[in-house]
Amino acid sequence: MADHAPAHPSSPFMAALRNAFITALIALGLAAPMMGLVTVQGPNGLRLEPHWERVAIAVGLVFLGRLALNLTIWRPDAGRTRTQIPPRVEATLARLGRWFAPVAVALAVALPFLPGVERYTVDLAILVLTYVMLGWGLNIVVGLAGLLDLGYVAFYAVGAYSYALLAQHFGLSFWVCLPLAGILAAFWGVLLGFPVLRLRGDYLAIVTLAFGEIIRIVLLNWYWFTGGPNGIGGIPRPSFFGLDFTPGPDGFAATFGLKFSPLHRIIFLYYLILALALITNFVTIRLRRLPIGRAWEALREDEIACRSLGVNTVNTKLTAFALGAMFAGFAGSFFATRQGFISPESFVFMESAMILAIVVLGGMGSQIGVAIAAVAMIGGFELFREFKDYRMIVFGAVMVGIMVWRPRGLVSSRTPSVFLKEKKAIAGSLVQEGHG
Amino acid sequence: MEYFAQQLINGVTLGSIYGLIAIGYTMVYGIVGMINFAHGDIFMVGAFLALIVYLALAALGVAFAPLALLIVLVVAMALTALYGWTVERIAYRPLRGSFRLAPLISAIGMAIFLQNYVQVAQGARVKPLPPVVRGYFWQSEGGGGFVVNISNVQVIIVLTTIVSMIAFWLIVTRTSFGRAQRACEQDSKMAALLGVDVDRTISLTFVMGAALASVAGLMYLLYYGVADFYIGFVAGIKAFTAAVLGGIGSLPGAMLGGLLIGLIETLWSAYFSVEYKDVAAFSILVIVLIFLPSGLLGRPEVEKV
Repeated sequence: MADHAPAHPSSPFMAALRNAFITALIALGLAAPMMGLVTVQGPNGLRLEPHWERVAIAVGLVFLGRLALNLTIWRPDAGRTRTQIPPRVEATLARLGRWFAPVAVALAVALPFLPGVERYTVDLAILVLTYVMLGWGLNIVVGLAGLLDLGYVAFYAVGAYSYALLAQHFGLSFWVCLPLAGILAAFWGVLLGFPVLRLRGDYLAIVTLAFGEIIRIVLLNWYWFTGGPNGIGGIPRPSFFGLDFTPGPDGFAATFGLKFSPLHRIIFLYYLILALALITNFVTIRLRRLPIGRAWEALREDEIACRSLGVNTVNTKLTAFALGAMFAGFAGSFFATRQGFISPESFVFMESAMILAIVVLGGMGSQIGVAIAAVAMIGGFELFREFKDYRMIVFGAVMVGIMVWRPRGLVSSRTPSVFLKEKKAIAGSLVQEGHG
Repeated sequence: MEYFAQQLINGVTLGSIYGLIAIGYTMVYGIVGMINFAHGDIFMVGAFLALIVYLALAALGVAFAPLALLIVLVVAMALTALYGWTVERIAYRPLRGSFRLAPLISAIGMAIFLQNYVQVAQGARVKPLPPVVRGYFWQSEGGGGFVVNISNVQVIIVLTTIVSMIAFWLIVTRTSFGRAQRACEQDSKMAALLGVDVDRTISLTFVMGAALASVAGLMYLLYYGVADFYIGFVAGIKAFTAAVLGGIGSLPGAMLGGLLIGLIETLWSAYFSVEYKDVAAFSILVIVLIFLPSGLLGRPEVEKV
């Protein structure tokens, strides 16, 4: 908006006012037709219904918001005062950061038994943890190997349908299906990864998106196998080492001499997903230190250098796809057993976008960042459930806002797995995460 | 044979619409090197704006259809261009020079925002519009057999596409703005050193892409007679497929790719199955990218060390 600044700036306030006025004019142009004239179905076809009050509110908000920003953060004399964190504070933060993960895990373990925690909270925590797990799984592909995958939800769907179909047709239990679902999803990861080995960057992104959509459309139309849009219902619930969560004498409660409560199963599911997510995290952290993990990160930084140094890029990429897909498969079969019902509607592109957003907004190299982003996004999403459509608007706006404000995500420091003499974090902008 | 000819005509019509959207993708990719994920939703916004302007004109009593359509076209193009400009200004410009994923995520956020903004502002219901242009331009005299129709709407769509393509082509090849744009596409740093205002050029590129998308939006509205807030997503992906198929960065390629995708989709629905028409289009995308990564008319991308 700098080109609209007056030639002789009379006063900063006038300039800010003028700037805000121009912004408001643009907002008026944007909002007047779209928000002011609403198409309504009348008795003889569509007609327009004026709603100018909405335009007035929107334009007023834009004007005041811009004016406030102009007078505070975007003041011309504000300069580039990038707040440097003083070293002492930073050291304290780093010390706190070291404690953050163990405390968070301890809190997560204790959560169902904390006072004041109800069924709803545990349900929400299960949902959040599912996304944490998906985020960590996708982080292997995007954060470590640097392969941008926009169709991750396809593997989630493969896992969910694998469990649902195996359980329905062969009567296999959850514990048998869980590894099978992971293996099947990994197999699909390799299958879909193979054709895209040569692709990089945005091309890879769009092809993975296409794969995701293809799988969803097939699930939607393959009636006799997947039930089409009706989905699959009556998926068996998981058992506690063969003990069902039923009120009968063979149930979990009776065996352990507890009073039956439907909460037992919820809590069991909670610990199940917590364990699965922690396994994902643990495997990822360990893999980073193994040759394959180093190869992923090297591949992310420079594929040509990798190839010339003898790294097998085909295997490296395929293992990344396969492992990422495997964790999505685990999460998918967990999702199926928790819901008891699945349909293609749960596996739309929005889910992929959401998982990717969690990974990127959290800061891709940081496991903690991904977890924080999942808690903030899914928790925030649930918190504003009453606002239905508005929360999606806010969701989109927040995604844009965080990217503009912190393109490297909330936690923007990275810890290299190899270091010389002293281990220290580096800035996220020094690595090529999500590069290609 | 008649059936095939009819499908060919339908395919070309659909392909024209895809081609117009694809140009927006290919131009932006050429100049900024990012997938403008929100472009499909700009197309949707264009369709809605065209609908609103048309209804406003009808309420004002402009009954003469050609005049009304012309006004709708111009006003919708201007308003959609404003949307395109704003989207670039808010979501992409601050991220220029940032790492590669940032603009893509920002674009996905913008797409979600636009979709839900239109849904809240205009309601989630499908908006049906009674046919504005009726009648047939040409019909084959089939003696009891299959009659091949070319409707007036189809003629208008193809003609409008050709006219806007020619106008657009002249802008890119003959004007100083077009020269600046091509210069930025090749090397934006060098262009900036030689006095080209890169930011302004990129803004104008988004404006032109949005204007063409709104033309496509109006054509879509005339052809199908419905619009809802979700049409942008699928149309956007298919148009992107078209841009990739034709060779991303190449303007004739985008048009060619659009036509091909339109034909493939129509013929697939006609001879195989309607349910899997999107799968056909996406499979084409995958196959092309694997065997012909630079598209039909694109330049191969050279990877430098």
